[in-house]
Amino acid sequence: MSKQLNIVRSPAVPLNMENVDTDQIIPARFLKATSREGFGKNLFRDWRYENDDDTKPRKGFPLNNPVYKGKILVAAKNFGCGSSREHAAWAIKDYGFDVVISSFFADIFKNNALNNFLLPVTVSEGFLQKLFAAIEKDPATELEVNLQEQTIKLPDGSWQAFEINNYKKTCLLNGYDDIDYLLSIKDDINSYETKRAFQF
Amino acid sequence: MGKTLFEKIWEKHVVKTIDGGPSILYIDKHFIHEVTSPQAFNGLNKRGIKVLRPHQVVATADHNVPTLNQHLPIKEELSRLQVEALKNNCAEHGIELYGLGHPYQGIVHVIGPELGITQPGMTIVCGDSHTSTHGAFGNIAFGIGTSEVEMVLATQCLMQTKPKLMRINIEGKLNKGVVSKDIVLYILSRITASGATGYAVEFAGSAIRSLTMEARMTICNMSIEMGARCGMIAPDETTFIYIKGRKFAPTGEEWDKRLAYWKTLYSDNDAAFDKEITIRAEDIEPMITYGTNPGMGVGVTGHVPSLSEIDEKEKPSFEKSLAYMGLQPGANIKGRKVDYVFIGSCTNSRIEDLRMVASFVKGKHKASNVEVWVVPGSKQVEKQAIEEGIDKVFSEAGFILRQPGCSACLGMNEDKIPAGKYCISTSNRNFEGRQGPNARTFLASPLTAALAAITGEVGDIREYYKETELVTN
Repeated sequence: MSKQLNIVRSPAVPLNMENVDTDQIIPARFLKATSREGFGKNLFRDWRYENDDDTKPRKGFPLNNPVYKGKILVAAKNFGCGSSREHAAWAIKDYGFDVVISSFFADIFKNNALNNFLLPVTVSEGFLQKLFAAIEKDPATELEVNLQEQTIKLPDGSWQAFEINNYKKTCLLNGYDDIDYLLSIKDDINSYETKRAFQF
Repeated sequence: MGKTLFEKIWEKHVVKTIDGGPSILYIDKHFIHEVTSPQAFNGLNKRGIKVLRPHQVVATADHNVPTLNQHLPIKEELSRLQVEALKNNCAEHGIELYGLGHPYQGIVHVIGPELGITQPGMTIVCGDSHTSTHGAFGNIAFGIGTSEVEMVLATQCLMQTKPKLMRINIEGKLNKGVVSKDIVLYILSRITASGATGYAVEFAGSAIRSLTMEARMTICNMSIEMGARCGMIAPDETTFIYIKGRKFAPTGEEWDKRLAYWKTLYSDNDAAFDKEITIRAEDIEPMITYGTNPGMGVGVTGHVPSLSEIDEKEKPSFEKSLAYMGLQPGANIKGRKVDYVFIGSCTNSRIEDLRMVASFVKGKHKASNVEVWVVPGSKQVEKQAIEEGIDKVFSEAGFILRQPGCSACLGMNEDKIPAGKYCISTSNRNFEGRQGPNARTFLASPLTAALAAITGEVGDIREYYKETELVTN
């Protein structure tokens, strides 16, 4: 897993469905592993294959369409809703995506993605439709996501800025994770504990 | 200006705040289970660190356990390995485990409250989105991913950005036959499956105040289905009476001290919310879902929306959803045949849910076209059901009373609904494949599910209300 992100330039895979839940991203029956690796092969399993058979790819599903490839997944509104399973973020990252773009992400998924160096980029509904249209017109359209500048650009020069909090941005740019940070403030945590009103 | 319930608890748990970034939030209780914890323990081992506060962690096995013959070794190898990994990790790190065979084992969101571990004013997390359930006691409780499980195990803290605040008021008196599951499905049908994303939601109003703790838990449980960070209800006498005397409830002076604090946990009159919605309780009828997200619900006498009622942009998702469900736009739901009835899950598997079902089913028999699974939420619920004779009501009705676990809620363990079959389910998600590949789910209350078990089709419980003294919440 690449533990650093800055500029991602790549064509994108479009998934123009709203409310894609984490059960679709990775069905529960594939959550039995005790490691973080290898979930990519079952990404979108039931949309990708007929009758749970990985020798029978479903025609029409974007991941099975050879014209679409790249490190960026473009998805419609409310992506990643439902279960808190981090396996969803692991599966997307393991498949080879570094960025997911949508007009709206579910909360827990967004955190899980950030904790796995998978960048969730929220754009306006209008810009999202523009992205879908551009990819449909030319699947080779290269998008540029620049974390340092917090921008996403299309080859025609149109662009949009996106939000990310400074702390998380620093983490992604430098490959730090939250646990490193939390372990570094042990004294603050100890002193909070001694002042707690109730030892719940 | 006054403070909201959420703010009062949040502020007491902030260790520090990073400029332009998240807050470091202290976590009082951490529940873990077999599916989302093994990678977190692996992470700790790699870093060579131990669990910081093992006594603030409670573990159980629920997602991946069989619900028949629990005394035998788990047949499926990967499931068995996962349950064993939990056992080993808990032993190594000194964490209390209520695993298979333990009298406290059960669904993590059922056992926390019933053991008195869940209390007002706490921060509670678990690697499961339905952790929002615990908010019914007036605490901040939310689901987290595995990296966050690792953070809490290592430091008892999490990085969190303060969410916006929403209050949903349910005012007035509920109609007969309408229970808490109908309230939450109704809210979802109004605000959609993303209507509360980015918000912590407080449920309030006279109809909420009149509910039992079990009923309140059902509502907070499904606040995640609206996308909410957490759901919560201010604690009151109902809450305090429920907690008192439970296994891990405080006693003596400590009880008095905590109770005095708990009584301060409510949103002040002049507290500000970013959004507020008020719903009239009498507008709510028994609900059922027709689609593949929990926001796609209607009253049982209603119909699937016709295409003209759907936004152009949402049509592809809507049509895909109906194709999956095998339903036509504009179709009636009432009268639809079902093949399976599932009564269980962290939404509706508490003793009160089982009592509700039994009160309707007593003396009746299931329809010949359905298979009925009742899965108690915990060993304690199972024990109580047997003590009250509810098990006999079910066996006489032809229902199968299974053993505690998440069961057919999530299509992970052995309990799956076969492809193409319709299941009326008291669980929380009707996503594609949720109950098994190509299984079709109608979400409903325990009463509406019980009615379908008897008649073999979706019906309106209100038509039967006079016939029997139903237990409701």
